[in-house]
Amino acid sequence: MTQINVRVDGASYTDDVEPRTLLVHYLREQLGKVGTVVGCDTSNCGACTVHLDGQAVKSCTVFAVQADGCQVTTIEGVATGEGDSATLHPVQRAFHEMHGLQCGFCTPGMIMASIDLLKENPDPSDEEVREGIEGNLCRCTGYQNIVRAVRQAAAEMSGKAADDPQAEPAAVDTAAAEHVAVQA
Amino acid sequence: MIPAPFAYARPTTVEEALQAIADGGEDVKVLAGGQSLIPVMRLRLAAPEVLVDLTRVEELRGVREDGDMLVIGAMTTHADVLTDPLLAQYGQLIVQATETVADRQVRRRGTFGGALAHADPAGDLPAVALALDAEFVLAGPGGRRTVPAAEFFVDYLTTALEEGELLVEIRVPKLGEGWGVRYEKFNRVAQAWSIVAVAAAVRREGGRIAEARIGLTNMGPTPLRASATEAALVGVDVSMETVTAAAAQAAEGTSPSNDLNAQADYRQHLAQVLTRRALAAAVGL
Repeated sequence: MTQINVRVDGASYTDDVEPRTLLVHYLREQLGKVGTVVGCDTSNCGACTVHLDGQAVKSCTVFAVQADGCQVTTIEGVATGEGDSATLHPVQRAFHEMHGLQCGFCTPGMIMASIDLLKENPDPSDEEVREGIEGNLCRCTGYQNIVRAVRQAAAEMSGKAADDPQAEPAAVDTAAAEHVAVQA
Repeated sequence: MIPAPFAYARPTTVEEALQAIADGGEDVKVLAGGQSLIPVMRLRLAAPEVLVDLTRVEELRGVREDGDMLVIGAMTTHADVLTDPLLAQYGQLIVQATETVADRQVRRRGTFGGALAHADPAGDLPAVALALDAEFVLAGPGGRRTVPAAEFFVDYLTTALEEGELLVEIRVPKLGEGWGVRYEKFNRVAQAWSIVAVAAAVRREGGRIAEARIGLTNMGPTPLRASATEAALVGVDVSMETVTAAAAQAAEGTSPSNDLNAQADYRQHLAQVLTRRALAAAVGL
């Protein structure tokens, strides 16, 4: 066991960990920060993305001992305030408003990667957003609205009104398809 | 999936790192950015007894000038490479290839030296290092030695690094005025490894090509130079015809693998096409 000191979402922790413990397992199992999820376990999907000293990393591909002395921010730490009075991070809010999720499993990682992208590039084009989140997979393939959400968040964070007519969620036709309707 | 247990050492200097490697015995592994090693350990394809983590060895980070060379610390991350002012000026081929490595999160942790020491034939940086005739500075218990790129890449995932040695820095020539570069990569989906890629650096003198350096990614167990193409380009006029004719020789002497992504003959075809595109872009056609 190795002792580590980390600050996670603003709180300090001192814990003993095995060197082989992955950061994501430490966050979930020792700290109960289950907002960060394990998707693929092969360093591909990005669902476990957190910020390590302000930089987006895949927490399944970092050992917890490597976070010793570092600041970790998870999806649970990006909103401000507590409980009912909490204010969502603009990127969280944009994912909500633009329907940037279906099943929601990739969302914590998508948001953490997007926040990192917007810090570096506050006004990304659609293509730059797609490249910026290429390390995150959405198995619902809901990328259209994810890209819209990131651009909406960018507009809000830079104080620009989102007057782009495209800045709306894609129309979703919830009516049954014709052949289904006929059967009914 | 959780890696097998290991003892962990976190040195802060090269000297301490070499000592930790020596103390680690036969089954010691060096951890750079960990973006290839940790996945492999999770799958238990590797289960070293001792892991020497270089993340806190500050002297291995950063890029500096040394006359007409750039010296890149082995632990310089891909993200650092992309924002380094010296590389922006003199190392565009490295920058272009690094932009295509994996994804944003992996580039935050993964390192220039780690990718080279790993020597994956589908990795993007070995072919660039070979094309640039990079020099690899290796530190060991008996001191330092310098190995040219042509001798560093020995075989599949195998380099000239001896037991107990550590890659500390990589020296590459500055490419300044007259040089044009391009890294042309073909892969199937975002963040995927190269099926084939071509690193080209071309120096023009007036309307002619004075010198061409071409590295091939994933065209054999090690990175390769497209020597026949390089030779065919020396002294020729810059035109699409000369570039196309020379690129047709790009696959000569290569022995690419057959795998799920591509057959060998398809890879050889790709090498020619990508070489033509890389050369055309490098000379501004």
